[in-house]
Amino acid sequence: MHSVYRAEDVNFQVDAEALVQRLSAILPGEGLLVDDEAKRPYECDGLSAYRELPLLVALPETVEQVQAILKTCSEMHVPVVARGAGTSLSAGALPHPQGVLLSMARFNRIIDMDARRRVARVQPGVRNLAISEAAAPHGLYYAPDPSSQITCSIGGNVAENAGGVHCLKYGLTVHNVLAVTMVSMDGELLELGSEALDAPGYDLMAAVTGSEGMLGVLVEITVKLLPQPPCKEVLLAAFDDVQAAGNAVAGIIGAGIIPGGLEMMDNPAIRAAEDFVHAGYPVEAAAILICELDGHEREVLEQMDQVRTLLEGFGASRIQIAGDDAEKIRFWAGRKAAFPAVGRISPDYYCIDGTIPRKRLADVLTRMEELSKEYGLRIANVFHAGDGNLHPLILYDGNVDGEFQRTEELGGRILELCVEVGGTVTGEHGVGMEKINQMCVQFETPELDQFRALKAAFDPAGLLNPGKAIPTLNRCAEFGAMHVHKGQLPHPDIPRF
Amino acid sequence: MTTHDHSEQLIHRVREALASGTVLDIRGGDSKRFYGRTPVGESLSVAEHRGIVAYEPTELVVTARAGTPLAELEAALAEQNQMLPFEPPDFDGAATLGGAVSSGLSGPRRPWVGAARDLVLGLRLINGKAEHMRFGGQVMKNVAGYDVSRVVTGAMGTLGVVTELSVKVLPRPQASETRVLELDAQQAMEQVETWFRHGLPVTGAAHDGQRLHLRLEGASSAVNAGVEAAGGEPEEEAGAWWSGLRHQRLPWFQAGDTPLWRLSLPPLAPVLDLPGDTFTDWNGQLRWLRTDADAETIRRACEQLGGHATLFRGGDREGDVFHPQSPALVTLQRRLKNAFDPEGIFNPGRLLREF
Repeated sequence: MHSVYRAEDVNFQVDAEALVQRLSAILPGEGLLVDDEAKRPYECDGLSAYRELPLLVALPETVEQVQAILKTCSEMHVPVVARGAGTSLSAGALPHPQGVLLSMARFNRIIDMDARRRVARVQPGVRNLAISEAAAPHGLYYAPDPSSQITCSIGGNVAENAGGVHCLKYGLTVHNVLAVTMVSMDGELLELGSEALDAPGYDLMAAVTGSEGMLGVLVEITVKLLPQPPCKEVLLAAFDDVQAAGNAVAGIIGAGIIPGGLEMMDNPAIRAAEDFVHAGYPVEAAAILICELDGHEREVLEQMDQVRTLLEGFGASRIQIAGDDAEKIRFWAGRKAAFPAVGRISPDYYCIDGTIPRKRLADVLTRMEELSKEYGLRIANVFHAGDGNLHPLILYDGNVDGEFQRTEELGGRILELCVEVGGTVTGEHGVGMEKINQMCVQFETPELDQFRALKAAFDPAGLLNPGKAIPTLNRCAEFGAMHVHKGQLPHPDIPRF
Repeated sequence: MTTHDHSEQLIHRVREALASGTVLDIRGGDSKRFYGRTPVGESLSVAEHRGIVAYEPTELVVTARAGTPLAELEAALAEQNQMLPFEPPDFDGAATLGGAVSSGLSGPRRPWVGAARDLVLGLRLINGKAEHMRFGGQVMKNVAGYDVSRVVTGAMGTLGVVTELSVKVLPRPQASETRVLELDAQQAMEQVETWFRHGLPVTGAAHDGQRLHLRLEGASSAVNAGVEAAGGEPEEEAGAWWSGLRHQRLPWFQAGDTPLWRLSLPPLAPVLDLPGDTFTDWNGQLRWLRTDADAETIRRACEQLGGHATLFRGGDREGDVFHPQSPALVTLQRRLKNAFDPEGIFNPGRLLREF
């Protein structure tokens, strides 16, 4: 059990009996879980090292029920944590011990698939991949494709502004969602965005996308669909040197080519993936690049030649072009299965999600190797190379006393390294509970205050997902006592403990 | 290129305004004074705070001060064979990067490549407490904290003084061809959508009332294939034509003082039965309407289709220039405004009459 809420996050005064009584009236039958045994499956999300039982689990089926639950919790001053498929890797859906865990799993219908206009209206519990599957007969798909797309839900994708391997060319969730219907904490229904390409007033879609369940609860989402590209080619290049692979990435982008996907894996990740799915990866290579080009057939063929020449110039030791669809799928299979593959070679692994300017890649990899030695923990790297998003996987054994704590500390050091080179602590997984201390490193006090003010505009009482995403002043002061930020202690005005 | 860091002076001016209870009218190159509700307050010029701060062509990011003229910025990008993908309008040629992002306007390429809000990666902002803050960054993927940069984009300067911006840039297309086709507006929309689905590299689709102007850009092989598939005649002076559309310098935009409306509509919405002249961009998702028809009629027609209408130029600049919103949304936006600018000193009333 690993709870990371601070005292100030859990000082709500909740009358549990009265709350159960009122919510039972809204949610008849199986809609409200009270017993520990029934609540247990909800105690964690994809970051299972963090666990907490909620006071209650609510499973609404209608928008009216969501409104009534939020209105009730608002009146009774009860915290609410919304949850989709529970695949968050940052403990964004970690329950609050005094609050309601609001599962949106029953909102699983595709409401409308408008193939002619390339727009789909879906409920938040619909799985990411299910949208593309429903769109496929029309030659369409939904572009953002996080690795968890078989399981993860679109509501969670919006909450986290999820990315995926194709977002280099096709954008993140924020670029592919047109409108949402959201219930505010006081139970009001709000329509944000538009099926048109803009909406009047402030861009509230931008505020809500990636807000980690801190601003409202989504009950309907309108997404944009894209035509499946007429032609797609996948290439695999092996390098004897990680730095050369990094330079090749910059070289491709610098030549004016934006691939559909451009991924990199280092040797430990290559070996793990090859053992697991037998993708045909060269296990001796220091790094591989997987490059997918898509679009018009003639454009793809022209760019394929260009990319091959570039890769040779940057010292690729071997270049393979997938001969058929089966081979394309196989090249990708290793990358998409990288996380579970690493899971097979280590009792536990911990996934980091920093983004850096691409040109700092070689430098960051070298420094990570030093940190790996310092902590005595192995690191395997998979990397959305095209957009600078690193996923170092730290290998550890949770049964060894203190090893998870050291892993977390190493993860924190890697994130601080990302900030130091001009990047960010999270590219696509969100802050959640996991990276909340590092937010104190990335942002100054006025910026964190501004975030809190923005949050209060939507949720004045601070009941939605309290304790996550944006650190409190106290948390930063305490964390800052151990960390020096840009040569200065943060919050120099606050008395130290 | 002129570069000058004027941020201390800007912070000082905001502090003074706070102390004296003055409201500020934030200005860049004055190219969009006509846009939004009538500006009020003491002039605060950002124009002197200018220059490129960082530009790494292989990172596809440029960071520049808000007062940097678009023309200067685009010239620097062109030297590296890159461009601002959202084609912000310059109108009279004096527009700045800060104004382009604050107005949130995007040019003909928008449906296929993205809007101002899609391409902004980070910014620095002086809020209504005179705090100079930094949000987002220079990397493509960044979900740390709320996406303040995109909320500020298109906010018409009402949330603070934008001082610096990091924007995604893209390589200029290797080839560009424009074809002119005799199709009516409705046929044109359907036809362009079909071509797009077949992989034609569409980056512009505008209808002037008689003809479709179709821009195809990308690798020359793909552009040539697209030209073969689309047919039509080549556009004379294609570059000038698209630039004329982007900056509203085409003769259609120059004629008369009749109010100009900007209608934003869902994909493939039918041709509207409204009095006046229409010029269509974004393959029908953006319609320019020059008309004396009353606001109520125009807005109802757009709303019925799921769109909205902005009084872009002329007409009553004291009224609801932007499409009226539900009371719940206005309340929420007022609270958001207060979160950034509690004293209400920045561009009051420029976006909404309520604040």
